[in-house]
Amino acid sequence: MLLARLSEAAGVSGQETEIRDLIKKEAASRPGVELKTDALGNVLAYKQGKGHGPKVMLTAHMDEVGLMVVGVEDSGLLRFKPVGGIDRRVLVAKQVLVGPDKIPGVIGSKPIHLQKRDERNTPFQWQELYIDIGAKDKKEAEKLVPLGTTTIFATTLQKLSDEITIGKALDDRVGCYVLLELLANDYDCDLVCAFTVQEEVGLRGAGVAAYAVTPDLALNIEGTTASDVPDVPEHGYATSVGKGPALTIMDRTSIPARPLVEKLQEVAEKENIPIQFRRATTGGTDAGKIQLTKGGIPVAGISVPCRYIHSPASVASLSDIQATISLVKAFLRTL
Amino acid sequence: MQDVIKQLVELYGPTGREDEVAEYITEVMRPLVDQVYADTMGNLIAIKRGPADAKKIMLAAHMDEIGVIITDIDEHGFLRFSNVGGVSAFTLIGQRVRFADGTIGVFGQEKLDEIKDLKYSKMFIDIGATSREEAEARINIGDVAVYHREYTLQGQRVIAKSLDDRIGCAVLIETARRLKESPHEVYFVFTTQEEVGLRGARTAAYSVDPDYGIAVDVTDTGDTPEAHRMAVSLGKGAAIKVKDSSVITHPAVKDLLVNTAKAQGIAYQMEVLERGGTDAGSIHLSRSGVPTGAVSIPARYIHSPSEMVDLGDVDDCVKLLVAVLEAPLI
Repeated sequence: MLLARLSEAAGVSGQETEIRDLIKKEAASRPGVELKTDALGNVLAYKQGKGHGPKVMLTAHMDEVGLMVVGVEDSGLLRFKPVGGIDRRVLVAKQVLVGPDKIPGVIGSKPIHLQKRDERNTPFQWQELYIDIGAKDKKEAEKLVPLGTTTIFATTLQKLSDEITIGKALDDRVGCYVLLELLANDYDCDLVCAFTVQEEVGLRGAGVAAYAVTPDLALNIEGTTASDVPDVPEHGYATSVGKGPALTIMDRTSIPARPLVEKLQEVAEKENIPIQFRRATTGGTDAGKIQLTKGGIPVAGISVPCRYIHSPASVASLSDIQATISLVKAFLRTL
Repeated sequence: MQDVIKQLVELYGPTGREDEVAEYITEVMRPLVDQVYADTMGNLIAIKRGPADAKKIMLAAHMDEIGVIITDIDEHGFLRFSNVGGVSAFTLIGQRVRFADGTIGVFGQEKLDEIKDLKYSKMFIDIGATSREEAEARINIGDVAVYHREYTLQGQRVIAKSLDDRIGCAVLIETARRLKESPHEVYFVFTTQEEVGLRGARTAAYSVDPDYGIAVDVTDTGDTPEAHRMAVSLGKGAAIKVKDSSVITHPAVKDLLVNTAKAQGIAYQMEVLERGGTDAGSIHLSRSGVPTGAVSIPARYIHSPSEMVDLGDVDDCVKLLVAVLEAPLI
């Protein structure tokens, strides 16, 4: 299953090699696709249109949040720092895979028996957490794990039901999946699917991709936060899982081009595709960088709602993913 | 000029929805320049052509104003919102806001133990609707509202919403009106989305590709009781920016502005703004860099529904810009 392979591939920001190789292999098998990899490592998949439509760029970021090894203790335990936004409270006792060889490890911390009363009431600080790969000392650990090695969560994609799937890095491997599915079809417009790098550390890849492509318009496909969970009032949900792709109204980095949002709404209505609005203005996406490239590029954002993003296991709805594909496909067919 | 200011500040033009302001300015600018057009980001670019070898000077004032964006509508017709640009929850208590279609809303808040707990998520907008359906007939998620306030002129001082930065737009318009001959090619750029991160100016500066940039925006003052110390006062002339959080003025542009003000006897003051940015921040980093400065209109109570500027300062800003544009660059 392609979504499983995409979700499980390693690709912490800056070290996207494994996910990039997988995406290149998949994209190359789609008819009429020409591939380029740019200096920062973005993959650009070009597909010539059958007609005279505009040049459209679809973007999804390949990279995921993760951990980077920054030190080794005499004991062989690994010190690490987060790459991208990670809530350290989710890390304790999680299993991880270290480096390109996917050395298994676990995130260790002081056990409850040894914690003082006040320590039990506060989450561990970064310096109180470490990765244990079972190395017997510093020398053995250093041989296996050079400094700067990145680490991913050891989560395999599973279906929780016919409808719901759970996996790591759904932000934004769902977007990569949507783009790869869309590349299987033909369109009148010229299509460029950009699989970008380093989104999680500051939207870094997308700007140069947009600069090189200079499209007439762009859609950014994301996995976004769904907060339809207890203790959040309904007006704070941002998005809800299972209610269809979410259109961005505004976030920290962009205000989408209104004509594009209106067109997407029209297409959804005509095709009977359920949509929702992303009812939060926090968070940033590649759209922010794309929009301000050169003299400006009209851009809109479409997101698949995912609960627990940036954690070892996020939850998304397969029908939301399918609906996102249908919406973008129908949109492209109108151009 | 007062009429232009009144018209401008009473228009609806939150960040991302600057069309109404752009339409008005297009009409006013058309007879004053050689070409007016809007770009992808909605920036309005008005060009006064110069001689063949003229340097390109870009003046920028932003059209957008701060506001609130609707994020949710509940079954009783109450609207939840988030901010567009720097809006304080405390400023919103008791205010009215206006949507694009003219709908007026008032702010209410949930019960709070202490007023310091006030934040947007505890507040809502009431448009007088009694159900979700009734509210949705007027307002959609994503709609944006601005402060609802009228223009007041009292003596030399204007009190109004959105003087940040419609007063800058008015300065650009008046500068275009008074500018007879210029050895330069002058780009009067009315930008979008300044309040969320100097966005419009960035793409406009890329397209215009100017030799020099001057942003025209409001700046804080330090002349009110127990104010944060700042050597800018209302009524003491055009403020020439030295630095803010987004830009350090290029020395050549700063000197040009200071020397021109001195030579022409135009009242001016030097501005160091500790927090806040302007379009100059985007312009000076465009392409391979653009020497850029800023002329600021001193303003009190910025980002409130009742900002205040002095018409004498406004006139000094216009005089300074006209003098700079009429003379050859050193």
